[in-house]
Amino acid sequence: MIANLTSSERQQAFVLAVGVVLAGGAMTILGRSDTLGVHGAIVMLFAGVVLYLIMSSFYDPEPVEDRESSYYDDPIKAGIVLSMAWAVFGMFMGVWVAAQLAWPDLAFDAAWSSFGRLRPTHTTGVIFGFGGNALIATSFHVVQRTSRARLAGQVSPWFVLLGYNLFCVLAVSGYLLGVTQSKEYAEAEWYADLWLVIVWVTYFVLYLRTIARRKEPHIYVANWYFMAFILVVAILHIVNNLALPVSWGHAKSYTIWPGVQDAMVQWWYGHNAVAFFLTAGFLGMLYYYLPVRAQRPIFSYRLSILSFWGITFFYMWAGSHHLHYTALPHWVQTLGMTFSVMLLVPSWASAGNALLTLNGAWHRVRDDATLRFMMAAAVFYGLSTFEGSFMAIRPVNSLSHYTDWTVGHVHAGALGWVALITFGSLYTLVPALWKRERMYSAALIEVHFWLAIAGTLIYVFAMWNSGIIQGLMWRTYTEDGALAYSFVDSLVAMYPYYIARAFGGLLFLIGAIVGCYNIWMTVRAVPVAAARAADVPVTPVAVPGE
Amino acid sequence: MDFDHQAVVAFSKSWGLFYLMALALGVLVYTFWPSNRKRFDRAKHSILDRDDRPWQK
Repeated sequence: MIANLTSSERQQAFVLAVGVVLAGGAMTILGRSDTLGVHGAIVMLFAGVVLYLIMSSFYDPEPVEDRESSYYDDPIKAGIVLSMAWAVFGMFMGVWVAAQLAWPDLAFDAAWSSFGRLRPTHTTGVIFGFGGNALIATSFHVVQRTSRARLAGQVSPWFVLLGYNLFCVLAVSGYLLGVTQSKEYAEAEWYADLWLVIVWVTYFVLYLRTIARRKEPHIYVANWYFMAFILVVAILHIVNNLALPVSWGHAKSYTIWPGVQDAMVQWWYGHNAVAFFLTAGFLGMLYYYLPVRAQRPIFSYRLSILSFWGITFFYMWAGSHHLHYTALPHWVQTLGMTFSVMLLVPSWASAGNALLTLNGAWHRVRDDATLRFMMAAAVFYGLSTFEGSFMAIRPVNSLSHYTDWTVGHVHAGALGWVALITFGSLYTLVPALWKRERMYSAALIEVHFWLAIAGTLIYVFAMWNSGIIQGLMWRTYTEDGALAYSFVDSLVAMYPYYIARAFGGLLFLIGAIVGCYNIWMTVRAVPVAAARAADVPVTPVAVPGE
Repeated sequence: MDFDHQAVVAFSKSWGLFYLMALALGVLVYTFWPSNRKRFDRAKHSILDRDDRPWQK
C-alpha cells in the first residue's frame, strides 16, 4: 500500500492516521456509553489497522523510478476490491430484507436484525459501498488516462478511498445499533456526515488538481460527468445534513429544516442523489469504458455535451415529484413534474449515443459479454429514465406512489443500469490495471451476465405486478363508497411477488459473487502478459463512428 | 421589495426561466461553434490511443 510513497509521504500518512485514531478516542471519551462511544471505538480500530499497515513497511526502501512517468494505480486496485466486497455485502443484505418481507420470521426477533435497521444497510451498502467505491476507482482511472497525467497527490487518493470507506462502515454499523437521521439515503448521523464532508472536499480538490495538470488540451466529457458528480454530491450532502446534535457526546441530532421545507430539502437531496451519484458518475464510466471496450469513438461528441448540460440543469428541479399530493405548494409539484418529463430528452440522448456508438459493432456485442453488459446498461438506462419521467406525472404518481412500482423502478435503474455498467467497466478495467491479457474466464463473465439479466427482469416484473395490484387495490371502492380491500388484503396479494423478488435478487447476488471470483482469479492466476503495451482490450483498429 | 414567499416565487418563476434559456443558448453556441469541432474530434479519438503512460512535456 505505501511501497510507492517517499518517506515524507509516509510521515504524512502516519500523521493523518494518528489524527483519526485521536479523533476516535475523543468520540469514545465524549460519547461514553452512547452509541457515539461505540463509533469512537470503531474509528480507532479502523484507523489503527491503517496505522499498522503504514508502520509495518515504514522503513522499506523508497521508490526509485520517476513516478511522474507512470499512472498511480494502487488506490484504484484497492477501490475495485472494496467495491466488489461491498457489492456482495450490500446485495446479501438486500436478499435478506427481501426475504423478510415474504417470511417475517427471518428477523429472528432481534432489534438489530429488524427490517427497519437492515434495509438501510442494504441501500447504503450497494449505493455508497459498491457504487461509491466503483465511482472513486473508475474516476481515478479515467481522469489520469484522459488527462495523460498522474494523480495530483500520493497520500490524498488513499485518504479519499479509506476515509470514504470509514464513512460507510460508520453508517452501516450505526443502523444496526439503531442510529439514524431518518432521512432516506442520508441516514448516517452528524459526526459521520462531517467526516464525509472532509473526505469529499479532498476528493474534489484532488480531481481538480489532476485536471489542471492535464496534457490533453480538452477535458474529455467523462470527466465533466465525474466532476458534476463530485461537486453536486458535496452540495447535496452538506445542505441536507445541516443538523444540530443533542450534545457533543450524543449521536442523535435534529435537522435544522422544519416541516415541509425538510421534506423538500430531503427529496431535492434524494432525487439528485439518484441524478448525480447514480447517474452522472456512471455516465462518466459509460462515456469512457464503452468506447474503449468497443474500440469505437463515441457516436456524437457534441450530443454528449448537450446531454451533459441538460442532465445537470434539469435534474436539479425534479426532486419535488417525490412529494405529489403533499403539503408542498402545488406549483412546486408541477415544476418538478415538468422538469422530470423534460429530463427524458437528455437521458435518451445519452442512451441513444451509447447504442449508436455500438452500431456497426453488434457482432462484438454478441461475442463479448463485457461489452454486452454495457449495452444492456444503456438499454436499461433508457427504459428506466422513460419510466421515471412517466411516474413523475401527477396522475400516474397517484397510482404508483407508496407502492412496489417505485421499488421496481429504482431497481430497474440500480440493477439494470448502475450495476451493469459497473460490472462492464470493471471487467474492462481489471485486466488493464493488473496488466493481464484478459479476464480469467470469459465463460464466467457470460454466466454473470445472464444471472444479472435474469435477476433484474424477475425482480422488476415482480415489482411491477405487485405495485400495480397494490395501487389498484388501494383505490378500489365499493358501491357505497367504502374501500373494497383492507391493507392486509393487499399485503396477502403481494406474497408471491415478494418471493419472486427475493429470488431475482438472489440471482443477481450470485452473479456478483461469480464476478468476485473471476476478478480474484484474474489478479491471482493469469501470468502477466509480457507484450501488453496497451491499456485497452486487444481488438481490431479503431473505426470512426460517424 | 419584501423578501417574502411571494417575492421569491415571482423571482424564480420569471428569472429562473430566462436563466435556463440563456444557459441553453450558451451551451448550444459552445457545442456548435465551428472552431470547436477539431477539439471535439480529437478528444473523442484520443481516448482510444494505446499508450499507457502520462505524457511528459
